[in-house]
Amino acid sequence: MPRYLLITLFTLFSISLQAQEPEMADTMRSEGKIYVVVAILLLILAGLIGYLIMIDRKVTRLEDKLKDKN
Amino acid sequence: MIKNWWKIASVILLLYTVIAGFLFSVPRLVIVNETIRALYFHVPMWFGMVIMFLVSTVYAIRYLRNSTPVNDVVSVEFANAGLVFGLLGIFTGMIWANYTWGSPWHGDPKQNGAAIALLVYLAYFVLRGSLSNEEQRARLGAVYNIFAFAAMIPLIFIIPRMTSSMHPGSGGNPGFNMYDLDSKMRMVFYPAVAGWILLGVWIASLRIRTRRLEEHILELEDHA
Repeated sequence: MPRYLLITLFTLFSISLQAQEPEMADTMRSEGKIYVVVAILLLILAGLIGYLIMIDRKVTRLEDKLKDKN
Repeated sequence: MIKNWWKIASVILLLYTVIAGFLFSVPRLVIVNETIRALYFHVPMWFGMVIMFLVSTVYAIRYLRNSTPVNDVVSVEFANAGLVFGLLGIFTGMIWANYTWGSPWHGDPKQNGAAIALLVYLAYFVLRGSLSNEEQRARLGAVYNIFAFAAMIPLIFIIPRMTSSMHPGSGGNPGFNMYDLDSKMRMVFYPAVAGWILLGVWIASLRIRTRRLEEHILELEDHA
């Protein structure tokens, strides 16, 4: 009965494959290094948005200036 | 300050996206592994692009019904913002594809469709740049803009679903439902989409305001 043996083996093999979890960055997370990445990205985002706010204010100032002229 | 509530909302949503996008749990899947988080940043670029182009087309139609320079300026600047989102979408997609599909350009129908859609929109700027008469430029631009939007919809949303595409949500590939894209991912993804769209509107509005200032100054110079 080699056929049944093969089917059993394949079934066991596929079960063991399913049980194996895909690799994720668990070590990096447990070491807390993910917070370094988040902190850097937050700083860049905050810096760019801060710059955008400054441009917005400058445009508003220019609009007010032109309004006074009329 | 209340007038600018949506700008504050944009900032809060984007900061939340970065924090939650990297720290909240995601489904553990083979091949994509941790890169599944790119979904929080790559896909909102496309949502942003479609919304920017939609606004651009609405103002193109408005221009054809009521030919004021304001309608034209709004239409152009939203097309500009949409193009920026689209280029970011295509380049982030290439980086992601390189690591999950094996090469940056895979000839995936959605990838090709997005590239063609961007070329169609690039032709919009070429067309405008080639006309020196302002009224002609605005009118032809508005007509072409409507065509470009009508061409983009099937290229991005319909054709990839009819053939086989490796993008989730196309050609028999399940979208979110594959990972029962659990409510966990939706809780980061939808705020990210909203945040990026609001940022796009913000940048477009700044460009519209500077263009209006320019026109205003030119008017003053004419009177002087």
